[in-house]
Amino acid sequence: MASEHVLQQRPLIEGNKTPGQVTADICRLLDGKPSGTWWAAFLASASLLGLGAVAIGYQIMTGIGVWGLNNTVGWAFDITNFVFWIGIGHAGTLISAVLFLFRQRWRTSVNRAAEAMTIFAVMCAGIFPLIHMGRPWFAYWMFPYINARGPLWINFRSPLVWDFFAIATYFTISLTFWYIGMVPDLATIRDRLKPGLRKNIMSFLALGWNGSYRTWLRYETVYMLLAGLATPLVISVHTIVSWDFATSVIPGWHTTIFPPYFVAGAVFSGMAMVLTLMLIARKTMHLEDYITKQHLGAMTKLMLFTGSLVGLAYGTEFFTAAYSGNKYEQFTFLNRAMGPFAWAYWTMVSCNVITPQLFWFKRVRENFLIVFILTIFVNIGMWFERFVIIVTSLHRDYLPASWADYSPSLVEIATLLGSFGLFLTLFLLFVRFVPVIAMGEVKGVLGIGRGSGHGS
Amino acid sequence: MDRENRRYLLGVFMAEEDILGATRTAREMGYKIVDVYAPYAVHGLEHAMGLGRTRLPLITLMLGLLGAGLKVWFEYWSTAIDWPVNVGGKPWDSLPAFFPVTFEVMVLFAGVGTVVAFVIGQRLLPGRKTKLPVEGVTDDRFALVLEETDAGFDKVAAEEMFARFNVVEVIERVKQEPLQ
Repeated sequence: MASEHVLQQRPLIEGNKTPGQVTADICRLLDGKPSGTWWAAFLASASLLGLGAVAIGYQIMTGIGVWGLNNTVGWAFDITNFVFWIGIGHAGTLISAVLFLFRQRWRTSVNRAAEAMTIFAVMCAGIFPLIHMGRPWFAYWMFPYINARGPLWINFRSPLVWDFFAIATYFTISLTFWYIGMVPDLATIRDRLKPGLRKNIMSFLALGWNGSYRTWLRYETVYMLLAGLATPLVISVHTIVSWDFATSVIPGWHTTIFPPYFVAGAVFSGMAMVLTLMLIARKTMHLEDYITKQHLGAMTKLMLFTGSLVGLAYGTEFFTAAYSGNKYEQFTFLNRAMGPFAWAYWTMVSCNVITPQLFWFKRVRENFLIVFILTIFVNIGMWFERFVIIVTSLHRDYLPASWADYSPSLVEIATLLGSFGLFLTLFLLFVRFVPVIAMGEVKGVLGIGRGSGHGS
Repeated sequence: MDRENRRYLLGVFMAEEDILGATRTAREMGYKIVDVYAPYAVHGLEHAMGLGRTRLPLITLMLGLLGAGLKVWFEYWSTAIDWPVNVGGKPWDSLPAFFPVTFEVMVLFAGVGTVVAFVIGQRLLPGRKTKLPVEGVTDDRFALVLEETDAGFDKVAAEEMFARFNVVEVIERVKQEPLQ
């Protein structure tokens, strides 16, 4: 126990905060009226959300024939967006669960926001398969309920059914994890509010938490158990997403490297999104003492690591294709790099493999403007990764007679923008109504009040 | 009836090392520790208080196995017995293909069940009214609550011990004022 603190050379939270100051600093963000910047950002995001809502309404009423799909390219923008958003969510679980099991105490400053991001990203992701069903009002048919058709059960051998269960479980567990992690903080807010509506709401949500250590002890156990369950869960979710492709016989999809490749890519893209959001939040909400160089440094190193894994996977795919002796597989990869979608392929390689190598340099890692720009690149690159995998494999498969081109329709682009609108709107509401930093956890990593008497 | 007359001695502390020291000493001196209130999970306090392990991991394991078992049975029953449908010539009991959904349902049962067990076990229910033992234990103060077990309870010694650990406030309570 004691050694843990000896090894911790620099304090995680700067400014020699006391627990009382942590409460004051974080709750200050929830008091008062939102700033002009917040309103501007909120209106912009809400407008995007509105645009998306109109587009979704239109494609549901008209049918998904309004997309740019054709007989050959039957999956494109929609599934790209789905995989992209699911991937974004994975960094939240990595930070809240995997890093918890690895005792990475720096996670306490970013886990609340990262978990919120997970939940919002999964919500955005869920929209796409729902629309893609064509008749979204029958979405509940995915659930094996006792129906009037026999009952005719769902096909448990189908990866699309696995996906439904994976995403539903992932959303439920992430939401539970997030909420349980927030209960002590909700009690803190409850106890500093004056009687009124807000206090009543907080009292309701805080579940009567009173800081009893007997409860804390079990709370910590629950937290650890959920982290232990969420870790294999997050790996299973993107593995299953990759099986949507890998269980088919399309060249470029039918490969065993997909699960680890997708999981690494998911964490990579999610880390980029967490950094993008945290760099903005840190600046605009003045959280420099809580999200320090140390936190950002650790996250950029994680990006460098996962980005390099993704680069390795790109290389391995090419090697496997060349070594397989399968001409369809070989053609698909040459077509990716040199065919009509070469521009997308090289955008992906530049953003995901080449530019993140700059993170090897400490000077780059500590220049937050450059880090911010690089994270935007990674967000773009990872979106293109999914686009490249899906579209280039489909548009030229076995029969040259059935080759086709694909370009998205305006409706598809509006839906993608709408999903960003939903994500950002929810995130902006989150920073106004919920403590962005897990106070109850940050108080436990402060450098204060922990002298000779510590340990047991 | 003597329940009504129970008396409690409450010490309020400002630092983690003080609450740890005071709790440990109180236990060594043989006082009955009712509970400790803290704004965050102070590591090592469970040893200082002498608390045992919780049975929650066992509940998680049982629920996980239950979820997985039910799911495998249901997949087998619906696919191979109730209405077998030939999908691509695959065997009726495609056990390997049932694995992903079984895993997800196991995690769902175990995770949600653990939280429900925790919430019920600790009586943390939406909207439950609570009264803090003393202001500030969800903010920056720590409180140690001892029970004055009988007339032999040495209050002076307890207060002296509290003072050694920089106590900021000592309060005496009778049961009528609920402790939680």
